[in-house]
Amino acid sequence: MIELNHVNKSFNEKQVLFDISASFVPGKPNLIIGASGCGKSVLLKCMVGLMTPETGHIVYDGRDFVSLEYEKKKDIRRELGMLFQGTALFDSLTVQENIEFPLKMFSKMTPAERIDRVNFCLERVHLKDVNDKYPAEISGGMKKRVGIARAIVLDIKYLFCDEPNSGLDPITSRVIDELLEDITSEYQITTIINSHDMKTVYDIGEKIIFIFKGKKWWEGNRHEIDAVRKENKELDSFIKASQF
Amino acid sequence: MFYELGRYLIFIRSMFFKPERFQVFLSRTIHEMNNIGVGSLPIVAIISIFVGAVTTVQTAYQLVSPLIPLSVIGEIVSDSSMLELAPTITCLVLAGKVGANIASEVGNMRITEQIDAYEVMGINSSGFLGLPKIIAGLIMIPSLIIIANSLLIGGGIIAAKLTGIMSPSEFVQGARSTFKFFTLSVSLVKSFVFAFIITSVSTYEGYFTNGGALEVGESGTRAVTRSCVLILFFDFIIAKLML
Repeated sequence: MIELNHVNKSFNEKQVLFDISASFVPGKPNLIIGASGCGKSVLLKCMVGLMTPETGHIVYDGRDFVSLEYEKKKDIRRELGMLFQGTALFDSLTVQENIEFPLKMFSKMTPAERIDRVNFCLERVHLKDVNDKYPAEISGGMKKRVGIARAIVLDIKYLFCDEPNSGLDPITSRVIDELLEDITSEYQITTIINSHDMKTVYDIGEKIIFIFKGKKWWEGNRHEIDAVRKENKELDSFIKASQF
Repeated sequence: MFYELGRYLIFIRSMFFKPERFQVFLSRTIHEMNNIGVGSLPIVAIISIFVGAVTTVQTAYQLVSPLIPLSVIGEIVSDSSMLELAPTITCLVLAGKVGANIASEVGNMRITEQIDAYEVMGINSSGFLGLPKIIAGLIMIPSLIIIANSLLIGGGIIAAKLTGIMSPSEFVQGARSTFKFFTLSVSLVKSFVFAFIITSVSTYEGYFTNGGALEVGESGTRAVTRSCVLILFFDFIIAKLML
C-alpha cells in the first residue's frame, strides 16, 4: 500500500505541493487528476523518487521512501514500473532490447528465457512482429504499449503512468485504458495514473484524487464524482472544461 | 562558476558506484570505445598528416642558415609533435567531434526522460551513462594520440620528400637524435588529462540539459567551448609542471 503523509514540495520560492496526504487502493487503478500545472506530475515524480519533497513521507508498505538511503531506495525502485508521458523508450535500442533491458540488469534469466519473457509481455500488450523495430519506427500508441510492456517485464508491485493517453486518438486512448485496467487486475498491482482525461476517470477510476493549485481538493471514486461535483465548484469546472 | 564547479564535482563523484551488472557495463564501454576511438580515427589521421606536413614546410622556411643541418627540421618537428601538436591539436578536434556528440546524446536522453527511466529502474544513471564514456575516452584518446604522433612525423617525412626540403633519412636521423621517452610521456600525460576533460565535461553538460531541442544544441556548444578552454588551461599547467 502507498501512503502520502503531509507532502510539500517547492521550487526555489514557489510552492507547488501543499501538505498532500492520501492513500491508494492496492490492486486497483488509482487516478490523480487536475488541470495542467496543478502539480500532479510533480507529485508522481516525488512518489517514484525523481524528486524529493521538502517535508512529508511517502510510504511503501511501511517503508518511508523519502528517508531511505540511496541503496535501500533501489530495493523499492525494483518494485516500481513507470510509463512516461513521452514513453522514454531508449531510442538506440530495438523494441525487444528495450523490454529486455530491465531483465538484463536485474534478473538471472538466460538469454532464451529473457526472449520468452519479452515475447510474453509483447503479446500481453497486443503487439506482434515489432521486436526488431526501433522506437522511431512505430506509432505513438504502439510506443505506449511497449512502455507498458517494459514496465511490467519484471514482477512489479506498483505501476505509475504519467498521462498515458496524451497525444493519442480517442480510440487508442481507450485501448490503453483497458490494457492498464486488465494488467492491474490480472497482476494485482497498484496502478497510479496521472490524467486529465475524464473518460479515463469514469472508465477506470477506482480511487480518484483531484489536485487543485497544488492542494488535494477532493478524493473519492468514479461512482461518487458526479454526486459531489455540484457542491465542488473547482472539480465541476475541471470536468466541464474537459468537455465530457 | 563555483556552483557549476561544485555540481560538476558532485556529478563526477556520483559516477563511481559499483556497476549494477558488470557484463552490461563492459559491453557499453566497448561500444563507447568504438564510437570514440574507431569513429574518430579518420579525422585524426587527416589532421595529423597535414599538420605534420605544414610544420615541416614552415620550419624549413624559418631555418635559412646554412650553418644549421637540415636534420634539425626532423628534430623540431618530432619534438613539437609529441609535446604539443599531437595531444593538443588532436584533443581540440576531438572536443568538437566527440564532445558535441556525447553532450547531444546525453542531452537528448535527458529531455526525452530516458535518464529518468534509468533512475526509476534503480540504475545510477550518471554512472551508467558517464563512466563507460570516461573509461572509453581514457583508453582510446591516448591511443589516438600515439597514432597522431606517428602520423605527424609521417606527414613531415612525406612533405620533406615531396617538396625536396630534405631526404626522409635525414628527417628520421634528426628525429631520432633527440628522442627521449620523457617527451613521449609528457604527450601521454596530456592525452589522459584531456581525455578525461572531453568525456566528463561533455557528459556533465548533456546530463544537466533542461528544456528542448534548442537547449540540447546549447549544451553541445557549451561542452565544446568549455572542453577547449580547459584543454588549453591544463596544457599550460602540465607544460609548466613537467618541463
